[in-house]
Amino acid sequence: MSNPIEVTLTHRMNLPDEENLLDRMAQGVVSTPMDRPEGPLKVSGTATYADEDHPPGTAYGWFVRAAITSGRVTGLNTRELEAMPGVLAVIRDNRMIRNPAQGGDAKSPHQGPSEVFYKGQPIALVVAETFEQARDAALAARPDYKDRSDRAVILPTRTDYEKPRSKQSSQGNLDKAMRNAAFAVDVEYDTPSMSHAAMEPHAAVAWWQDGRLTVRGSYQMLNSNAQELADALGISVKKVRILSRYVGGGFGSKLGIGHEGVGAAIAAQKLDRPVAIALHRRQVFEATHRRSETRQRVRLCCDADGRMTGIGHEAWVSNLPGETFSEPVTQATPFTWAGENREIGHYIGRLNLTGAGSMRAPGEAVGVPITDAAMDELAEAAGIDPVEFRLRNIPEADPSSGKPFSSNRLADCIRIGAERFGWSGRPKVPGSRREGEWLIGFGMSGVIRVNMLGDSTARVTLRPDGTALVETDMTDIGTGSYSVLTQIAAEMLGLPPDRVTTVLGDSDLPPSIGSGGSRGAASSGSSVMLAARAVRGKLAERMGCDEEDLTLKDGTAIAGNRQRDLADVLAGDILQGTGTIKRGAAEAHHRQSSWGAEFCEVAVSSVTGEVHVRRLSGVFAAGRILNAKTARSQCMGGMIFGIGQALHEEVFHDARDGSFMNRDLAEYHVPANLDVPHIDIELLMDDRDPYANPMQAKGIGELALCGTAAAIVNAIANATGHRFRSFPITLDKVLEKLG
Amino acid sequence: MDVTLTVNGTPHVLNLEDPRVSLLDALRQRLDLTGTKKGCDHGQCGACTVIVNGRRINSCMTLAVMHDGDEITTIEGIGTPGDLAPLQQAFIRHDGFQCGYCTPGQIMSATAMLEEVRQGWPSQMTGDLGRPELTDDEIRERMSGNICRCSCYPNIVDAIRDAAGRTGGTAA
Repeated sequence: MSNPIEVTLTHRMNLPDEENLLDRMAQGVVSTPMDRPEGPLKVSGTATYADEDHPPGTAYGWFVRAAITSGRVTGLNTRELEAMPGVLAVIRDNRMIRNPAQGGDAKSPHQGPSEVFYKGQPIALVVAETFEQARDAALAARPDYKDRSDRAVILPTRTDYEKPRSKQSSQGNLDKAMRNAAFAVDVEYDTPSMSHAAMEPHAAVAWWQDGRLTVRGSYQMLNSNAQELADALGISVKKVRILSRYVGGGFGSKLGIGHEGVGAAIAAQKLDRPVAIALHRRQVFEATHRRSETRQRVRLCCDADGRMTGIGHEAWVSNLPGETFSEPVTQATPFTWAGENREIGHYIGRLNLTGAGSMRAPGEAVGVPITDAAMDELAEAAGIDPVEFRLRNIPEADPSSGKPFSSNRLADCIRIGAERFGWSGRPKVPGSRREGEWLIGFGMSGVIRVNMLGDSTARVTLRPDGTALVETDMTDIGTGSYSVLTQIAAEMLGLPPDRVTTVLGDSDLPPSIGSGGSRGAASSGSSVMLAARAVRGKLAERMGCDEEDLTLKDGTAIAGNRQRDLADVLAGDILQGTGTIKRGAAEAHHRQSSWGAEFCEVAVSSVTGEVHVRRLSGVFAAGRILNAKTARSQCMGGMIFGIGQALHEEVFHDARDGSFMNRDLAEYHVPANLDVPHIDIELLMDDRDPYANPMQAKGIGELALCGTAAAIVNAIANATGHRFRSFPITLDKVLEKLG
Repeated sequence: MDVTLTVNGTPHVLNLEDPRVSLLDALRQRLDLTGTKKGCDHGQCGACTVIVNGRRINSCMTLAVMHDGDEITTIEGIGTPGDLAPLQQAFIRHDGFQCGYCTPGQIMSATAMLEEVRQGWPSQMTGDLGRPELTDDEIRERMSGNICRCSCYPNIVDAIRDAAGRTGGTAA
């Protein structure tokens, strides 16, 4: 075959999109509920995840964990371990890391296996011929320590919190507004440490060939992951390739390079053979990341008509010393609700606990439910229906910056949701509806998640037979990337989707932003659209027309009254487009967010304190929906994540040494099938956001989680007449109040 | 020690010098049948569900040496990408998965579960103990040993109900 004819197209998102190109295409495949193209592989067990398809001769690694909370490792019974059956190496290497990288770091996290910052930190790696031998030897490790655990900081209340100036803001006079308000609430809520608990444990298999490292791992952001791994190893990024074709869930826990990737690479180098490391579930819990616990103070006030005059939101969070990430709890507070007097506070404690990192919707996932629960309290104090109260307080523009919204569909979501759910049937008096032992209540919440774009590049190759290949280092962590990128290319090139093959999860492919922060589909999708557009330009030349006059449909090109098969137009040539989307001024001048509203009916047992979510309903607006089926599933997953947050999920840290007490799936409770009712979801398919990107699509992977817990806790308040301000709302807390 | 495992109808003789090898690791690492997933290695998530002599079990919770002569069915024995079983097709149609990691376990569990219902085994949700009906709550209860963190549970219930309807309630 001949060399491809290459063409590139780069677009910086400075101005709102006026073309709405996807709506002008003819194939009609974008937005449809197309089945996932990788579905047959996933349901038959033939999709290959990280700890699978090992190269011949692969050895197995297992990490030794620190049994102290703080101090130094001064020795290890290395010789004894090396003498155990099958053991190939006992590795303590200064390139090993303390905790995984944060999303987008693009450099190594803190390194060195000797200084211990939290209990359970990996301090050595044992490699053996078999998995069983490695595990046994690692469990026989007896490290010597200089133990300084008595100086460790475990409980957040005992630490001095940092108060970074850039994370505080204030306008007007909130204290005065609170004093002069007709109604006000000043409440404290807390949320516990939580864990991502993706189903696939973190795993990597590494091998070196001709000085180049390949790691098949379970990662979300391959371009920055390759840089993190190269930096940790002290080699050029050109010497590193990461493969993550299928990722068994991430939720933020696989945003950065982790122990398994760095450890496997070091061991494979030392032993000159492939090494596989799969973290045990307990190691996943205690040695990757958690979502920080939060303490939040919310102050809200309004006038006699229920118009808000002030809003204050302060958050206390934690992380390991030196980590730059801190849970951005207040992220949506500056722009969501009205009120001219505002105060935002953000305080960071440094603790000797498993490091904190991004977990699905960092910020809004724990911030929105708390401000929204407080909104419910204020609505009740003002004697106004919670739906009506929220509708009265949606601002015309971002009240903190004065910037216009790129699009704000919050009111639409609330109104449509209330209608679908039957909000008018809500018990007017809290604690007044009873069915035998069960107390029944309705609750609702606004749902808000900021929208972001990330620089991304993709390559689209149109082959002489009229089939297309889409390539980028984007990952599909269950989010539907394979589906939506296939659909976008098919739409732009006028191909049935089965004539498009999408290849992802290889850091050698053009770099995308990866999967994180709900940016993936919109960012990598825009790059695919631009790459395909570049190819369209070439096809238009060959058809002798302008690109806007070219129609591509079902494998044919149509211009004026001429219609030709693509194979005929291509005449044996390969057309290859490379498209790049870059962030620009559009995000600086307009406030961008995805929007939603959720409604919930609960039944609370007055005998056991058990809370059943009977109905859960959500309406969401996220710009153009790229695949109605996968978008709905993302929303469903977010809402169920929210059930877990409201009712089940809590990491217990031992107050004495910070141990992760419930570090398995039997004791860290995530929702199971019977916890979940039918879930009703409406996507506003007509929504478009021209400021977001050329597809006018916004993030949807995290949105639905950002409010669910408030809908549930507000429903519990309506059912029982009691406010619960400490998450999760477990039986003991309910019974204590019900007496 | 030689152990004969009949997996998806094919006998495999495994020389297991190490008795610590779980059935799950034997399938994944010795027989290269990696469709069966390891989620917790603790019997807590269900990702490793296989059918042994007609009953679903967590393959991480049992040692390979205990299964000499046993008949084992894994996801690879249910259907291949080009020839999917009705239950597998229903999971695709209803989007009963996202990341796909728990999916083989869900499908193995559902396959055995439908057979349990057919044989009249009651569950906590069964009203008439003599005759369980395949209600949504029966499916939810009987599938609650299989965790899905992507949380496709409602779609999983839809897929199982749909597949059972198409096949007259028997295993797919």
